[in-house]
Amino acid sequence: MTATEERVFVKPPSEVAKQRRGEIEDASRLPVKVKIRSLNFYYGGQQALFNNSIDIPAFRVTAIIGPSGCGKSTHIRVYNRIFEIYRSHRAEGIVEIDGKNVLSPVTDLLKLRKKVGMIFQRPTPFPMSIYDNIAYGIKLHYRASRGEIADRVEDALKRGALWGEVKDKLSEPATALSGGQQQRLCIARAIAVEPELILMDEPCSAIDPVATSKIEDLIETLRDSYTVVLVPHNMQQAARVSDFTAFFYKGHIVEFGPTKKIFTNPDNKQTEDYITGRFG
Amino acid sequence: MKESTAAIANVATCAPRDQSRPDAVFKWLAAACALVVIVIMAGIFFELVRNSGMAFREFGFSFLTSDSWNPIAGEFGAASSIYGTLVSTGIAMIIAIPLSIIIAVYLVEVAHPKVSGLIGGAVELLAAVPSIIYGMWGLFVFAALMQTHVQPFLSRHLGALPLFQGPPMGIGVLTAGLILAFMVLPFITAITRDVLMMVPPVLKESAYGVGSTMWETVRFVSLKYGRRGIVGAVFLGFGRALGETMAVTFVIGNSHRISASLFSAGNTIASSLANEFNEASEPIYLSSLFALALVLFGITLVFQTIAHYWVARMQRLEAGDR
Repeated sequence: MTATEERVFVKPPSEVAKQRRGEIEDASRLPVKVKIRSLNFYYGGQQALFNNSIDIPAFRVTAIIGPSGCGKSTHIRVYNRIFEIYRSHRAEGIVEIDGKNVLSPVTDLLKLRKKVGMIFQRPTPFPMSIYDNIAYGIKLHYRASRGEIADRVEDALKRGALWGEVKDKLSEPATALSGGQQQRLCIARAIAVEPELILMDEPCSAIDPVATSKIEDLIETLRDSYTVVLVPHNMQQAARVSDFTAFFYKGHIVEFGPTKKIFTNPDNKQTEDYITGRFG
Repeated sequence: MKESTAAIANVATCAPRDQSRPDAVFKWLAAACALVVIVIMAGIFFELVRNSGMAFREFGFSFLTSDSWNPIAGEFGAASSIYGTLVSTGIAMIIAIPLSIIIAVYLVEVAHPKVSGLIGGAVELLAAVPSIIYGMWGLFVFAALMQTHVQPFLSRHLGALPLFQGPPMGIGVLTAGLILAFMVLPFITAITRDVLMMVPPVLKESAYGVGSTMWETVRFVSLKYGRRGIVGAVFLGFGRALGETMAVTFVIGNSHRISASLFSAGNTIASSLANEFNEASEPIYLSSLFALALVLFGITLVFQTIAHYWVARMQRLEAGDR
C-alpha cells in the first residue's frame, strides 16, 4: 500500500479546519456537546475526580492532558458510563450530553454507548474477521439487510481510513492486522454505529510513529462530523490535533481553553509549569 | 574501609567454579524424567497388544462389529460395549457442555463476587468427589429418582421416540450418561471459568462500548476469545467420561446388549472390564477383555488426536495464517 493510495481515503485537513486551528476560538460561543457539572468519581472509597465542571464544544477535538494518574481516563470513562461494569466504581454529578443527564438511572445504556463511541489504549479487535468486527455493531443496533450491512461496513472502513488496505481481505481475522491498522479498525467499528461523540483514551500509546501520524490525520477528518474527546499520549499530540485542551491535576480540572492559548499563554501557574516541563 | 578492601582481595584470589557440570547433570536428569512418560505409554500399549492377540486372531475384525458377548459359548464381540461407551459419553457431553458454559458465564460475569466464590468453591469440591461416591449416590438415590419421576415423565411425553420406551428401571444407559454429566461438569466449568477470567477487561469494555448487552458481550466476544481453551476443556471432560469406570458400573446395568431405548441396561468398555476380570477363567475370555481395553485405548487416542488437531487449527486460523 503506497502513501498516495492511502490519501484517497484520508481527507486532507480542510482549509477551514486549518484556519480554525490558527485562530483562538472562544469556547463559550460554540455549541456545547457535553456539559459537566460537579462531577465526582470514586474507586471504592477512594475519590479520583473532584468537582469537575467543563463544557465540551461540539465538532471540535478536545484534548485532556495532565500527569499520569490525574484522572484523565477516569474522566472520559464517565461519558459512556463504561466504568459501571466494575462494581466498586461510582460517579456523582451531572454529565449532560445534548442536554440529557447520562448519569440518570433512566438512561438507556445501549443507546448511550451507540451515541458515544470509545477507543482504548490498546487496539481491541474482536476475535472475528475484519468484516465482522465492523458488522457486529451495525447488527446490534440496526435491522439491516446483508446489502445494507455491506455498504455500511465499507463506508465505516473508508471513514476509518482503512478500506484501501483491507478491502481484499475482509474475511481474514482482525487480529492478523498490524497494531496501527487494528486501531483504525476500532475507530471504524465505533464510527459504524453512527456515534456523535468519540472518546479516545491514548489511542496511539501502543503503536508506532508512522501509524500514529495516520491516526492523527484521521482525527483531523473526524472533527467535521463528530465531537472528539482525546486523551493524547503526549503533549505534542495534544498540540498537533486538538482545538481545545483541558489540564487535569490530581482529579481537578485546573484550566480549560483553546489549545493554542493553553500551550502559549496559560492563565494558571500549574498549567504553565506542566507545559514547560517543570513537573509531571 | 580496611575490611572491605580485604574482602575484595579475597574474592579475587578464590578458585573459579565450573558451572557447566551441574547443568549437564540436570539436563540428563530432566530428559530421564521425561522418558518415564514414554516408557509407561509404550509399556501399556505393548502389553495390551500382546495380551489381546489371541482374541483378535480368533475373531478378527468381527470382534469390533459383533454384539455377541457369550462367555459360555466362548463368543466375544465389542460392539455393545463400544456403543454403550459412546452413547453414555454422548449423553454426558450433550448435558454437561451447555450447563458448564452457562455456569462458568454466571460465575464470571453475572454473580456477585461472594456468590461466585461460594459456587466456584462448590464446583471445585464436586471435582474432588471420588467416583465411587458418585456411583453409590447414583445407584441408591439418583436411580430411584429416575425410576419414579424422570423416566415416567419422559415416556409420557416423549414415549413416541424409541429412545424413551420400555419399563422405567432406574438404572440404564440414560442414568449412566447423567451421572457422567455430573462428573465431567465441574471440570469443564472450572476450566471455562478460568478461560473467561483471562479475557482482557479492555476487550469486554470495547464490546460494551459499542452498545453490547452482557449476553452479546459474552456470546460474541468473551466465548469467542476463549474458544480454544473451552474446546480443550470439553475434550478433557470427554476423555474423562470415556474412561470413567466405577460410577458407570454402578448404574448402567451391565448387560451386553445394544438397545435403541436409553432406559435399558447396557455396558461400557470400562464397566465391563471392571466387572468381568474376576470371572474370566478361559484364556480367550481374558484375551477378549484385553482386546476391549485396547479398543478403549484406541478410541481415547483418536479423540485426543482430533482435539489436538482441532485446537492447533483454531490457533492457525486466529493467527490469520491459512
